[in-house]
Amino acid sequence: MNGYLHLWLIPLLPFAGFLLNGILGRRLPKPLVTAIALLAPLAAFGVVLSVAQPFFGIGPVSGSPAWVETCPQAWINASALHIDFSFVLDQLSLVMLLVVTGVGFIIHVYSVGYMHDDEGYARYFSYLNLFLFFMTVLVLAGNALVMFVGWEGVGLASYLLIGFWYQKKSAADAGKKAFIVNRIGDFGFLIGMFLLLANFGTLTFSEIATKLGQDPGWTGGVVTVIALCLMLGAAGKSAQLPLYIWLPDAMEGPTPVSALIHAATMVTAGVYMVARTHVLFDHSPFALGVVAIVGAATAIFAATIGLVQNDIKRVLAYSTISQLGYMFLACGVAAYSAGIFHLVTHSFFKALLFLAAGSVIHGMGGEQDLRKMGGLWKKLPITFAVTTVGVLAIAGFFPFAGFFSKDAILYAAFLQGPGGKLLWFAGVVTALLTSFYMFRLWYLAFLGKSRGPEIHPHESPWSMRGPLVILALLSICGGWIGIERFSSFLAPAVGAKAAEAGSPHLEIVLSIVAVAVALLGWLLAHLFYREKSTLPASMAVALPGGYKLLANKYYVDEFYGAAVVKPLFATSKYLLGWVVDVGLLGGIAWLLGGIAMLSGAILQRWQSGNLRSYAAWLAAGAAALLLFLLVPWPTVLAGFLGIHFGMAGH
Amino acid sequence: MNSLFSQEVPLSWYLLLSAALFSLGVLGFLIKRNLITVFMSIELMLNGVNLSFVTFAHQWHAVKGQIFVFFVMMVAAAEAAVGLAIIIAIFRARATLAVDRIDLMKL
Repeated sequence: MNGYLHLWLIPLLPFAGFLLNGILGRRLPKPLVTAIALLAPLAAFGVVLSVAQPFFGIGPVSGSPAWVETCPQAWINASALHIDFSFVLDQLSLVMLLVVTGVGFIIHVYSVGYMHDDEGYARYFSYLNLFLFFMTVLVLAGNALVMFVGWEGVGLASYLLIGFWYQKKSAADAGKKAFIVNRIGDFGFLIGMFLLLANFGTLTFSEIATKLGQDPGWTGGVVTVIALCLMLGAAGKSAQLPLYIWLPDAMEGPTPVSALIHAATMVTAGVYMVARTHVLFDHSPFALGVVAIVGAATAIFAATIGLVQNDIKRVLAYSTISQLGYMFLACGVAAYSAGIFHLVTHSFFKALLFLAAGSVIHGMGGEQDLRKMGGLWKKLPITFAVTTVGVLAIAGFFPFAGFFSKDAILYAAFLQGPGGKLLWFAGVVTALLTSFYMFRLWYLAFLGKSRGPEIHPHESPWSMRGPLVILALLSICGGWIGIERFSSFLAPAVGAKAAEAGSPHLEIVLSIVAVAVALLGWLLAHLFYREKSTLPASMAVALPGGYKLLANKYYVDEFYGAAVVKPLFATSKYLLGWVVDVGLLGGIAWLLGGIAMLSGAILQRWQSGNLRSYAAWLAAGAAALLLFLLVPWPTVLAGFLGIHFGMAGH
Repeated sequence: MNSLFSQEVPLSWYLLLSAALFSLGVLGFLIKRNLITVFMSIELMLNGVNLSFVTFAHQWHAVKGQIFVFFVMMVAAAEAAVGLAIIIAIFRARATLAVDRIDLMKL
């Protein structure tokens, strides 16, 4: 089809940017660094747009536009194991690519303004381009192993960028935490891949789908185990229960990183992976149920924590976890296109909210505490306007983007029988909480009187305001495509959902409920933080247990610390450190050394330095040698023994 | 001449003398403290061996043994030159020829 443009260009362009800025960045003038850093994702976005044409009916179309590109050389070829380095472009990866490169480029532009005075300017952009490289590899992957390469790579980029200000201990620790927690998920991904290889003999997604399709009776059992292992991986990457703990800490990174990696793209990789391997989940109702329950539980759980956070970025982090829970909820009710739809709209409005928060932090001179903000709407009018759009979008108000996607998820959940009603209810409660904490943020930061010290907030430069405005427009219009058109577009990739038992009437009722709930959240927030600003404090006093539980994030970090980290440290220190290292290994070393020293102490007597003693040993040695050579030992010994035997014979 | 020799003095006598010379050399090497005496003991051992070489060469009518003796004498002469030079150097440096005092290699 599109013969002169190759999929390889999409990841390789950011990779070139990474190499150039990573190796030469410090010696290049700043405008050149900026140009390289921006051109790489822009060019990748251009390639994506050009390869996207057949999917939208532009240009020559012949048959199905899905496009598979395989490296001519096999990647791994060992007897039964045969893995190609293959890329796949279908509707699903196309949507993801558009988000990754498009939103990625916008955030790159924003970063130019945000990171302008940072010492590590070139390093920052080389990492950011590296992230785009791995993310596009992840998205384009035609088999699980290529996906795993991207999967690990984005983890690396995330680690590097969380710990970007590595001089700060908390940032370095947060980077390590993210990496280690992700490893737990990756373990599940790896086991899932091994099981896939053992049972299907292939890691290529299309072949797995074919094999499963040939045998429709193949449900449960090993497929469930594989799906659950993959889900563990997805939960690690997408910060779901119980592996979500790294994402709030990841906010130590620069804010555009939080927007790009920890809101819009990387954390959605888990959702993408579930959608990509949806055939496995389709064959395992149990695994689907687990996905749905994990998603719903995470959504509600993270939303409650978000209610009481005071750090503006942490509110958004918990909100991200909660929204990712929605996406998993959608996948869990097999509404993959709804999940991907929410992924897309979420990437718009959450990137917008993060970038707006970055603009606030930038304007406040690094202040992130909501309690010290207030009254910013006059000083930062554009930031205020775009944040309002973002808040309305995430709360699910018509006609903002979040309304359409959240609605699609709740509708799909509602149609899933009695269990689905419960999931729907969890989703609605989450919507209420979401609306409440987002408006709380809005009121605390922008309205009311300034509570901070006397500083003079200033609006950000245009390189930051421009991306905000674009994302705000996307957050308004992003949902207008509608779930029907979106899911019919995605249908070739994720399968068309079975005919639903719902009706337009029901859908409208559910939409009204959702919007009403969002309005209720707004009203509550208005009441708490505008009308009676003493109410939150008195609530906290009235319900000390509940408030403390939420403010301390359900003590999950403390629990993991006591249940995992402390025993690990203790084992390392006492068992491995003292018993094994000092005792066993040290003991062996001391023993060997002791033997050498003891034998040395004995043998050194020979080395007396006395010439005559050397000569005596020499003479004795020569005499012994002569004795050995000249005496016919066999005869002597035989005679000696013969005598003995002869005596014994008597 | 061969018959005369063998009639007059038996082979074993030569060998016994050779062994005695060699043993005396070893004994002197081991018990003497003066470096020059030790050196002379080495010469004694060499000459004890030389005697047995000559004896066997005569006994078996093989000229190889006599050639060996020349070699040994040559090496002994060279060794004497080097050894005496070393002895003089040691004496200059340490003002002693006592073997027991020349023990720099001792731990």
